[in-house]
Amino acid sequence: MEIHMETMIQIKDVTKTFVGKDNTVEALKGINLEVHKGEIYGIIGMSGAGKSTLVRCLNFLERPTSGTVLIEGKDLSAMKDSELRDTRTQVAMIFQHFNLLMQRTVIDNICFSMEITKTPKKEARDRARELLEIVGLSEKAKAYPAQLSGGQKQRVAIARALATNPKVLLCDEATSALDPTTTKAILALLKEINQKYGITIVIITHEMSVVQEICSHVAIIDEGILAETGRVEEVFQRPKSRAAKKLIIQGEAEPRMEMKGKRCVRIVFSSNSSYEPVIANMILTCKAPVNILLADTRDIGGVAHGQMILQLPEDTDAAEKMIQYLKNRKLEVEELDNYVG
Amino acid sequence: MWDSQVIMMIVKGTGATLYMTLVSTLLAYLLGLPLGIALVVMAPGGLKPNKIVYKILDVVVNIVRSIPFLILLMLVIPFTRWIVGRSYGATATIVPLSLAAAPFVARLVESSLLEVDHGVIEAAQSMGAGTWAIIWKVLLAEARVSLIVGGTIALGTILGYSAMAGVVGGGGLGDIAIQYGYRRYQVDIMIVTVVLLVLLVQILQWIGTKLSKKLDRRITG
Repeated sequence: MEIHMETMIQIKDVTKTFVGKDNTVEALKGINLEVHKGEIYGIIGMSGAGKSTLVRCLNFLERPTSGTVLIEGKDLSAMKDSELRDTRTQVAMIFQHFNLLMQRTVIDNICFSMEITKTPKKEARDRARELLEIVGLSEKAKAYPAQLSGGQKQRVAIARALATNPKVLLCDEATSALDPTTTKAILALLKEINQKYGITIVIITHEMSVVQEICSHVAIIDEGILAETGRVEEVFQRPKSRAAKKLIIQGEAEPRMEMKGKRCVRIVFSSNSSYEPVIANMILTCKAPVNILLADTRDIGGVAHGQMILQLPEDTDAAEKMIQYLKNRKLEVEELDNYVG
Repeated sequence: MWDSQVIMMIVKGTGATLYMTLVSTLLAYLLGLPLGIALVVMAPGGLKPNKIVYKILDVVVNIVRSIPFLILLMLVIPFTRWIVGRSYGATATIVPLSLAAAPFVARLVESSLLEVDHGVIEAAQSMGAGTWAIIWKVLLAEARVSLIVGGTIALGTILGYSAMAGVVGGGGLGDIAIQYGYRRYQVDIMIVTVVLLVLLVQILQWIGTKLSKKLDRRITG
């Protein structure tokens, strides 16, 4: 699947320290990351993990305290202000709160980015109409942002970001202010843009479901460091770091179970194993009951992946037998110590 | 005593008051608008932070604002003479009025521009907009309603100040009120001028509110 290996964004030893009056905050503590052309790269972390600071370092809205960022091999920290502004027209960004100009119509908002690049007015308006068509808002050209819903505002922001034909689109919690249905629609639009125009997309989010929905790769950021990076499927199936486990297992479907401290395992189903009633067969074979603490199915890149957390019987022999049984079925089995539902 | 002469005097006075107010407001904005923009842009965390220039502007604005208008009026008499050629009358009053109002206008502009959502400024920066583009296309354009409301406040305040200049023969309705109403105990003339001043403020306020509402696109429906 790794067909496009050309590097688009290279983050090198980036640190960012905010110095306040009586405290300093190390938001980023040495981040190294590479994003390739055409990827949809998810950067996920809890709030305060440093992900918004990281994405602002990618276009130097925040200047890293040390380290640097290269876009297509060009070092942002070595650029003059005017060069940096030119680069920014190639690295577009959308935001959680859309950040549209409230006193301009939808079409004039889209033209705004082209005014900065000094696109002739007529050409800009034609391009804006074309973009409105792409994001499905042609009939709203003359409306003002205050008359639009959140999803529509984000569509306008996407159109504005795409107007200058950028190579990269940075999304800073772009769906966090939207309801689940609208989130899905916006993510589908982003995916379409990625596939049609080959734009590299970096998505900052705190929701695992967003990463699973459209990202090919994911980086998990925790307290200013990258805890784990890799293909989304791999990280989902075999999360290694504590931060990854926390995000994936607890996810949004936080189970509220009273039982804890006993022996728990997490199993992951891929599409082919979900036909067989594995758990039922296991119980019949091992002749001992299990407690299902969590079960859900997620769609990762169009393939269904299920996960389940089981509480095994206290009897060690039965528990071992079960783990062996599951492993024989070629399922990912992982023991969880201290699973707190 | 309400002969045509007195009526003419009051009509002329109204005209002089309007003339002083409008021209002074214009000049005050010519000075105060760039000053207000500079205060926002150079402030710590602004688009182009400049600690020293910001601090100087901040202090100068505060100093001029804290001098009572009547005192400032007298302080700048030599300057007024130098520019206008004399220190009395409506045209001469415009000089101290503009100087006194400029820092006030700067603060009004500053507070209007600070209302602009920081996210929108950040979005413009992410699109590669430079400082000037952000000032024109984001700060001033997005704050226009607030700027107009501020302009209306400035007009009302400057109109009030212009009446104060009547004490030193500044011309206009304030001058008439002081000369006839105060010095000659002609209370009826004083009342008429006060009513006219109130009416002028009302009209200016009405126009300003109407205009700002008409230009605001943030209201739905």
